[in-house]
Amino acid sequence: MKTVSLDGAVVPFAEGQTVMECALAANISIPHLCFLPGFLPHGSCRLCTVKIDGRLASACTQPAMAGQHVEIDTEELRQVRLSLLRMLFVEGNHYCPACEKSGSCRLQKAAYDEGMLDLHYRPWYPKRKMDASHPDVLIDRDRCIFCELCVKASRDVDGKNIFGISGRGIDTHLVVNSKSGLLADTDISAQDRAVEVCPVGAILVKGRGFEIPIGKRLYD
Amino acid sequence: MGSNPLQLLIAIQKAFNHVPDDAICRVASALGLPISRILGDVEFYSFLSREPLGTYSVLMSDSITDWMLGSRELFLRLCGNLGVSPGVTRCDGLATVGKTSCTGMCDQGPALLVNGIAVANLTDERIDAISRLMEKQIPPVAWPDEYFRVESNIRRRGWLFQDWQGPILEGEVLLQEMTDAGLRGRGGAGFPTAKKWASCRDAPGSERYVVCNADEGEPGTFKDRVLLQHCAGRLFEGMALCARTVGAKRGFLYVRGEYRYLEAHLEAQLAARRDADFEIELHWGAGAYICGEESALLESIEGKRGIPRVRPPFPVTFGLHGMPTVVDNVETFCAAAAIAAGGGSEFRSLGTAGSCGTKLLSVSGDCARPGIYEYSFGVSVSQILEDCGAGNVLAVQVGGAAGSCLDASEFGRKICFEDLPTSGSVMVFDRTRDMREAALNFSRFFAHESCGFCTPCRVGTGILAQAMERISEGRGTEEDITEIGDLGGILKASHCGLGQSANRAVRDMLRKFPEHFEGGVN
Ligand SMILES: Cc1cc2nc3c(=O)[nH]c(=O)nc-3n(C[C@H](O)[C@H](O)[C@H](O)COP(=O)(O)O)c2cc1C
Ligand code: SF4
Ligand code: SF4
Repeated sequence: MKTVSLDGAVVPFAEGQTVMECALAANISIPHLCFLPGFLPHGSCRLCTVKIDGRLASACTQPAMAGQHVEIDTEELRQVRLSLLRMLFVEGNHYCPACEKSGSCRLQKAAYDEGMLDLHYRPWYPKRKMDASHPDVLIDRDRCIFCELCVKASRDVDGKNIFGISGRGIDTHLVVNSKSGLLADTDISAQDRAVEVCPVGAILVKGRGFEIPIGKRLYD
Repeated sequence: MGSNPLQLLIAIQKAFNHVPDDAICRVASALGLPISRILGDVEFYSFLSREPLGTYSVLMSDSITDWMLGSRELFLRLCGNLGVSPGVTRCDGLATVGKTSCTGMCDQGPALLVNGIAVANLTDERIDAISRLMEKQIPPVAWPDEYFRVESNIRRRGWLFQDWQGPILEGEVLLQEMTDAGLRGRGGAGFPTAKKWASCRDAPGSERYVVCNADEGEPGTFKDRVLLQHCAGRLFEGMALCARTVGAKRGFLYVRGEYRYLEAHLEAQLAARRDADFEIELHWGAGAYICGEESALLESIEGKRGIPRVRPPFPVTFGLHGMPTVVDNVETFCAAAAIAAGGGSEFRSLGTAGSCGTKLLSVSGDCARPGIYEYSFGVSVSQILEDCGAGNVLAVQVGGAAGSCLDASEFGRKICFEDLPTSGSVMVFDRTRDMREAALNFSRFFAHESCGFCTPCRVGTGILAQAMERISEGRGTEEDITEIGDLGGILKASHCGLGQSANRAVRDMLRKFPEHFEGGVN
């Protein structure tokens, strides 16, 4: 049987599995944000960066290969993860206490897990357009981390193809597939997988106000 | 142009000075693509815009070598002449004046693009004359020819420029000859070319493609421009040999939009080809350095934003439209054709053990004779400096913004894959220069050219550029200096080579010329 070494643990893998998949199967945690089982790996957040035989790589996109030596929980990689999370926080506007997703947000959880206590970098305070045009669903683009999960879910699961990513560099932003560019002119519904799949508070269902009490939320 | 979204959008931009929202919707529905795909292109490529630009759209080349030749002063002069603010279209719609990354005219800068066509050798007089022509609404086609003259400046010719006329080798024999000759890719990474072609040939697929990478966006490189001008026939021969070897019927030449002035020449050279079995199509870029990365280039040919793909799979197995594809640099195809025509054994005899043959270098900056130099691999930096007439040299940047910055103690180092691998950019800085300027220029370059896909590069290049902005304005802090060093470790986690190398040059400069940065920190 072919195996890889994950922080010293010898783990078997099947042909075609990625490093992330074989770690998940073995119950070894590699922090991640844009990766979600059931969707094609994206490799954009880089939070799952590991060191494979001395080189940094994203575990979600790297095919497992026999004899690989994978480092996950090292001081160097903790620093990389911490910096990446800080970068995601400063490029957006993440005022957690005022965000409906607080407590169920994967970015917030990852930051807690990695012990992030400050922003470190100067915040950018972006002013991307908000879309409150739809009666049931809201987009706050300043919280988007460009994981493209909504893009894939809407296209491949909901069969609606409502979202896309546009722009370049720091001007990268979420766009909506309608002539007006507004959510109101799409057939999105609050039950869509695309809405549920958003790891942060960028796509939210309207009409809810902190329904779940603190202590009972997903990651409390 | 056909039904390729990017080529259509370039044509629309040219016709209307922008891509109207209505056109975005129409192109999307005509091609059966989602609006976000087309909008994504318009908002990704620098040469496309949603807002109307002026009748004259002027983009000043913003490479460090242009700065050294006074481009920033000329830029202000042009804005002043026309009464426009940078990037803001004049209210009568006459002109928009902005900046763009290196236009590949570093040996004859400063340069600009007017409606996409290059004007080099700018001086105060030329800027004033151009301003007058624009005010009189004289179209660029009626401007004096000399404005559009681009020199080749070939200063040193060697093996590649020889007229190899031997019987043409093909197929397996050619692959063996290329292997024996030790041909490695000239685009920077140095992958063995015969191995790449063989992998493509052996990969399963119903079709195969051959793609030439003439995106040449690395600041300070312009050798592919000169090869396109002088050796297009040899290039197409190399692509055709590759096509016959791997079994491809179609090929693409991806040329950066900055070289649009070469269109008539390239079309004529393509029309002169007689090869019914292998068709080559021109595909124009539209202002995105990242499209030089081979998988982003393929995305761009497919009409998408130039976002590098997850690799593996590599293009040789999963390339254009998912089919096995060879992507090689212009110089690589030219060298392959020369090897096929009898140049192999001489190629093998030139260069070093790990780097056979010759390399074209694009030399610019502070020297008497900037231009193209062909050397055998292994040439020392000091030899190049002597030949190009550079004196009183402080630093040499090898490999462009993504490369290494050398100080005088390192001029004995050699150009070759074992020591200083490079696609050929050599920029010379003399002792009058402030390396803080170069660091600022390069850090802005990366922030502007990051595709935005991955966190470390999208945000990290921005943080780097902001720190350098502060340092260059004298508002920097010790933390900024530390940060620039620390960012290297995080940028290494980037998805592609752009992010991974984004702080290398700046870090080198800080380490080797700390005195240049002291004034910026308090
Ligand atoms: C950010 C980035 C930009 C690149 N730009 C170019 C380019 O302009 N021209 C080029 O030939 N290769 C460029 N490359 C390298 C290509 O990805 C690829 O390795 C090359 O085209 C392969 O051709 P070769 O084997 O003939 O060198 C770039 C790579 C990166 C990461
Ligand atoms: S809106 Fe949410 S799911 Fe969509 S790309 Fe942004 S963060 Fe990801
Ligand atoms: S490293 Fe930079 S250019 Fe490359 S994929 Fe990431 S964001 Fe894009």
